[in-house]
Amino acid sequence: MTTLQEQFDATVAHSDRIEPRDWMPEGYRKTLVRQIAQHAHSEIIGMQPEGNWLTRAPSLRRKAILLAKVQDEAGHGLYLYSACETLGVSRLELTEMLLAGAQKYSSIFNYPTLSYADVGTIGWLVDGAAICNQVPLCRTSYGPYGRAMVRICKEESFHQRQGYELLTTMMRGTDEQRAMVQESVDRFWWPALMMFGPPDADSPNTVQSMEWGIKRNTNDDLRQRFVDMSVPQAEALGVTLPDPALRWNDERGHHDFGEPDWEEFMAVVKGNGPCNAQRIAHRRRAHDDGAWVREAALAFAERSAEESRA
Amino acid sequence: MAHPTPDPNDDGGSVYDGLLEHHEVAGDDSQWAFGTDFEDPLAGMDTTVPDDVDAAELATYCLLLGDDALVLSQRLAEWSSNAPDLEEDIALSNIALDLLGQARLLLARAAAADPAVVPALPEGSPAPVEDALAFFRDAADFRCTRFVEGPNGDFAQTIARLLLFATVRLAAFERLGDHADPVLAAIAAKGVKELTYHRDFAGRWFLTLAQGTEESRRRLLAGLAQVWPLYPELAEAYDVGPEVDVVLDQVFAVSGVERPEAGRRVGGEHHTEALSRLLAEMQSVARAHPLGVW
Repeated sequence: MTTLQEQFDATVAHSDRIEPRDWMPEGYRKTLVRQIAQHAHSEIIGMQPEGNWLTRAPSLRRKAILLAKVQDEAGHGLYLYSACETLGVSRLELTEMLLAGAQKYSSIFNYPTLSYADVGTIGWLVDGAAICNQVPLCRTSYGPYGRAMVRICKEESFHQRQGYELLTTMMRGTDEQRAMVQESVDRFWWPALMMFGPPDADSPNTVQSMEWGIKRNTNDDLRQRFVDMSVPQAEALGVTLPDPALRWNDERGHHDFGEPDWEEFMAVVKGNGPCNAQRIAHRRRAHDDGAWVREAALAFAERSAEESRA
Repeated sequence: MAHPTPDPNDDGGSVYDGLLEHHEVAGDDSQWAFGTDFEDPLAGMDTTVPDDVDAAELATYCLLLGDDALVLSQRLAEWSSNAPDLEEDIALSNIALDLLGQARLLLARAAAADPAVVPALPEGSPAPVEDALAFFRDAADFRCTRFVEGPNGDFAQTIARLLLFATVRLAAFERLGDHADPVLAAIAAKGVKELTYHRDFAGRWFLTLAQGTEESRRRLLAGLAQVWPLYPELAEAYDVGPEVDVVLDQVFAVSGVERPEAGRRVGGEHHTEALSRLLAEMQSVARAHPLGVW
């Protein structure tokens, strides 16, 4: 006879999925809630920086693309909150933890969007980095999370292509447009590299998360993969990546690159990024402004249920 | 049970495959959401105006219908990331996208019927006609009704406006399915399905807010009172009558809401102050780069 812990370990060791009704260690559950919630919050907060340009998109076609993309992010948030609810925490509780600062979201969304080119750069670099992080999660050990990620990754890769296509189109345009693209890439390159998290040596949760099969690759592995993929894309686009140390290393078979500013990273994580306060205030206002609507829907549903029983 | 998933990082399976190959191929549209492709919205349609249709009148009418959709779409898009819950955020974006799609078709139809409606652009501007009309016309040349121009107000006011708008527009589009211009008729036929959903969405929320809490009812009545004085102008512009009243009276009756006293705001020959602000924002990037390629 095997213990619950042994069964759990065996399932993870075989790269099989843990399902909501399976026994799981409390630490595993907590880590998952933290990670899935953080991911869901990132989708929802991530609507803001691009939403900033929704009402100013420079063509009707770009407006439709952007509106559909921001809407997809709301949809991703919805699947991820649902996956998290299978672990026994409600969407409302999670939202309250976000607003109280008890749960985090990806720091990249604490940077401002200052030109329309940022819509393209976010698609190319930010969604690109997110995909590098997320694709391995399609194989994560927790079933509902892995299945949500399969769908999300597919849509994210559309977004990445759309972003890249916007930038290639702008590069074919005027000198001002090309300058906008370069300026935008200059601002987002380093924050995009920071999206993979601190260096492995300083990432306390990585080892346990990898043992549990929640995480599949280390931060530094994924960062390297992202740099290696982005360099040829930047060349094809005709932009320079703002890193003088960036060069191909024949011996390693990878690009060498400079160290992101980890002090800046920690400052943003701790709440001192350019937009942390703004993003949370926006989310809080929307949540508070909507309270009476949610209450009305609940009251109406309860009354309808009573009437149908009567 | 094992649930194996292919490793997308393996050779041949990366999600990045094709990024470089496809970036110059406009014809590969696998990454585009429905309705966001590159094509001229009227591609493949014969846009010749039938002999018995006055082209200038047709263009003017399409501009009215197109501008209303464009402006209300712009307003509804303002709800993105601001709605009461994720489901409503998604639904309001859907409706905004539908209206934007209608606007693109109608503006393109107006331009094809009477090229004189399209403003002159600086030489070398690559903007398609739909964008010339949306981004390079001044407020005075927009044909939209005042009904769609004002700010959203709260969720209740947004729902009240959407209910009236979708009901009127649906009635008009049902009729336009027989229009002598086959292009407008086709656009209207496509819009009927969309508008039916918009009306149902707004109708459900109208009832929910009317019967929900005291506060939601108070807000709904206030929102309805706010949008009502411009309603007669909307109904007149779309040339609809009793068929719309029947639908609205039904929603009012189920919701326990009295139809507001008919009062009509004067000044319909001009736009509101709100329109030029809305356009200033919407047109800012396009006008800053009149030769830009997007």
